[in-house]
Amino acid sequence: MADVRIAAAAFDVGSEFAALTQSRTDIGGVGCFVGTVRGAAGGRALVALTLEHYPEMTERALAAIAAEAERRWDLLGCRLVHRVGRMVPGDPIVLVLAASAHRQSALEATAFLIDWLKTRAPFWKKESFADGTETWVDARESDDEAAAQWGADQAAIC
Amino acid sequence: MSDGRPVRIRYFAWLRERLGIGEEQIELPAGVATVNDLQLWLRQRGPAWDTVFAMSRTVRCAVNQQFAGPDVAVNPGDEVAFFPPVTGG
Repeated sequence: MADVRIAAAAFDVGSEFAALTQSRTDIGGVGCFVGTVRGAAGGRALVALTLEHYPEMTERALAAIAAEAERRWDLLGCRLVHRVGRMVPGDPIVLVLAASAHRQSALEATAFLIDWLKTRAPFWKKESFADGTETWVDARESDDEAAAQWGADQAAIC
Repeated sequence: MSDGRPVRIRYFAWLRERLGIGEEQIELPAGVATVNDLQLWLRQRGPAWDTVFAMSRTVRCAVNQQFAGPDVAVNPGDEVAFFPPVTGG
């Protein structure tokens, strides 16, 4: 049921929403999260963000995360799109859509999906700054904590 | 023991940059049975390898595209990947 995709090009939220909901009358609400590139990091101007991934593993990991959401909530559809490659401030990076008959499951599943995706899918961000320097983004403890609140996991090794 | 099939090793993000290699195939060395064994073996390759794998807190692993801890077995024909903690989303 879940639809997961890795994309180099930008996605269109309206098109993705339409693809998820077309011809459906059982859906009562769709939770949506779009991650976008910030124009600064640590007080320094950012010119680009480059996303690297582990191609063969990425879709498998996203599908596993979506399957876990479908196990926990009564979803009527779920869509994950994650971009890779070079992006500039303002660009969309990641899309999470979760559809359900009622808002609570749709919203909770959306939050769960982005929290787990951040700690369990093999993507790495590199920041390119206006001064010409580049750094790999460090994993955040706050992301681990956000993922851990959903319980039951092997997050410690992810 | 090796049965002749190589182990494919892949490196991502800053590990790939620091080691100067994205992937390689090796014959499973004698005595290497787990992820931890493989890391110890790779550390013997030189200072850059030793430094990278000494940072065990910041090196993660997958075996056959599943996240794997240090005790997970490595067998001939496996694909092993080393990378930093993930930062997607």
